[in-house]
Amino acid sequence: MTISVIARNTFKEAVRDRALYLLLFFSALSIALARVLAVLTVGDRVKVVKDVGLASISFFGALIAILIGTGLVYKEIEKRTIFTLISKPIRRAEFLLGKFLGLVLTLAVMVWAMTLVYLAVVFLHTFKIEGRMVLAVFFIFLELILLTAVAVLFSCFSTPILSSLFALSFYLIGHFSWSLKTLIKKTPPGLGRTLLRAVYAILPDLENFNIKAEVVQNLPLPGGLWLGAVAYSAVYTAFVLLLAVWIFRRRDFI
Amino acid sequence: MGNVLELADVRKSFRLGFIPKTKEVLKGVSFSVAEGEIFGYLGPNGAGKTSTIKCVLGLIFPDAGTISLFGRSPLDPRSKDKVGFLPENPYFYDYLTGREFLDFYAQLFRVEKAERAGRIDRLLKLVDLERAADLQLRKFSRGMLQRVGLAQALINEPEFVILDEPLGGLDPLGRKEIRDIILGLRDAGRTVLFTSHILQDIEMICDHVAIIVGGRVLNQGCLSDLVSEKVLFTEITVSGVDDESLAAFGECVQVREGRTLLKVFDETNVQPVLDLVRERGGRIHALIPRTQTLEDIFVDTVTNQ
Repeated sequence: MTISVIARNTFKEAVRDRALYLLLFFSALSIALARVLAVLTVGDRVKVVKDVGLASISFFGALIAILIGTGLVYKEIEKRTIFTLISKPIRRAEFLLGKFLGLVLTLAVMVWAMTLVYLAVVFLHTFKIEGRMVLAVFFIFLELILLTAVAVLFSCFSTPILSSLFALSFYLIGHFSWSLKTLIKKTPPGLGRTLLRAVYAILPDLENFNIKAEVVQNLPLPGGLWLGAVAYSAVYTAFVLLLAVWIFRRRDFI
Repeated sequence: MGNVLELADVRKSFRLGFIPKTKEVLKGVSFSVAEGEIFGYLGPNGAGKTSTIKCVLGLIFPDAGTISLFGRSPLDPRSKDKVGFLPENPYFYDYLTGREFLDFYAQLFRVEKAERAGRIDRLLKLVDLERAADLQLRKFSRGMLQRVGLAQALINEPEFVILDEPLGGLDPLGRKEIRDIILGLRDAGRTVLFTSHILQDIEMICDHVAIIVGGRVLNQGCLSDLVSEKVLFTEITVSGVDDESLAAFGECVQVREGRTLLKVFDETNVQPVLDLVRERGGRIHALIPRTQTLEDIFVDTVTNQ
């Protein structure tokens, strides 16, 4: 109950911020520009429309998650709005989860709006809509949930600028950590390989949520892929949120 | 009547700065607030008033000592359920309207929807913000924010209200209105703890006071016990009598436009001064007996420290 009250208020705060609409406008523009790019491209134009559209949703979704998420808790402390909240009969964990879910709700609405633009652009180009495109967006959304949790975690102890840098680093590392798999294969068995395996286990692998190539190239998707992605997102998000709660519960609000 | 709040030897220090230095802000604070009283918490800037309140509300964690709020830990939601709080220089969600803002806090206290609208209307009327109910808080003046802050502190009909500098930023009329609300709360059986720099306000409405200086409570008790009714000296403003004659009865503090301000320390000298003025055909412009005020006690306490 308390969590949902805070989540709804966070959602209200986000949708009353003009910056959100600016991001939505540019994301829609970027998706629509895919159509122009397709015209200028030699080759399969449908693939370009689909690929650039999905990339735009992923990029602008990540931007929203990082920009809003990193200021979510910090702003409450900086503006001292947290004083009246924590003095109410709510637990700190409830506050944090409420803020997180409020942003996830905002992202859900934003991603849905971008998806509608995306589907419309693809439909105007191909006169058909595939369910796989929506699945790709769902995977992007799973990644954004995890990224939001990371942004909230950094927001608990750091300024928005530093938190944004940390969250961006997490995002970039997450998309390149798969290359460690190749390195592990090439490293001879021993301490080195064990260490690399440990690093890979800790680092996020956000490529687990990337099925853009499969969708765009019409490649077959392995069975149970979505289940693995949901489980990975859920476990990693829960771990990051637990860490955030652990830090937040010990904080003094000076 | 029992105690609503009890603090025993509460200590708190912070590590601040790039190269952290430990600063002890509370050095063993102890006091208690009894049910149904208005308790004034006094102290100069940086004395530790707000830090004490933050410890009571679970915003910061004390290093040592015990705090009991309604007989429970201050972190227990059951004790927070009965508390209303207005912070100093309140900052609120400025994207909400006055009504939405109060509705948000009412929901945090799980006030039923059917009851919320009526309670919000009553509180907006109490703090005289009915006309600004649908205005976003970013358009509120500082005084209006203070009023809506007080309304949110009362949204759960609390048994214990903690107000940190509630009279700051208000004009004299606004201050009187808030004072009346605080007195009304006491009449309704509520307990109030408030901090203020304006000693006159504390003197007017408080039953008990505690004075904190440098993180220590140096003086506390019933206001009537602390402030003596004894006349310290009498100020008499006269004209038509020379200063040399008056100096025999007291100290001539100021001479301006033919008037002399005489400070008479011995009460038995007051009547002879009046007789002298009448005898010389002079005039008495003012006669004010000065009793000890809370300000005197406050200044004494801070100076002795």
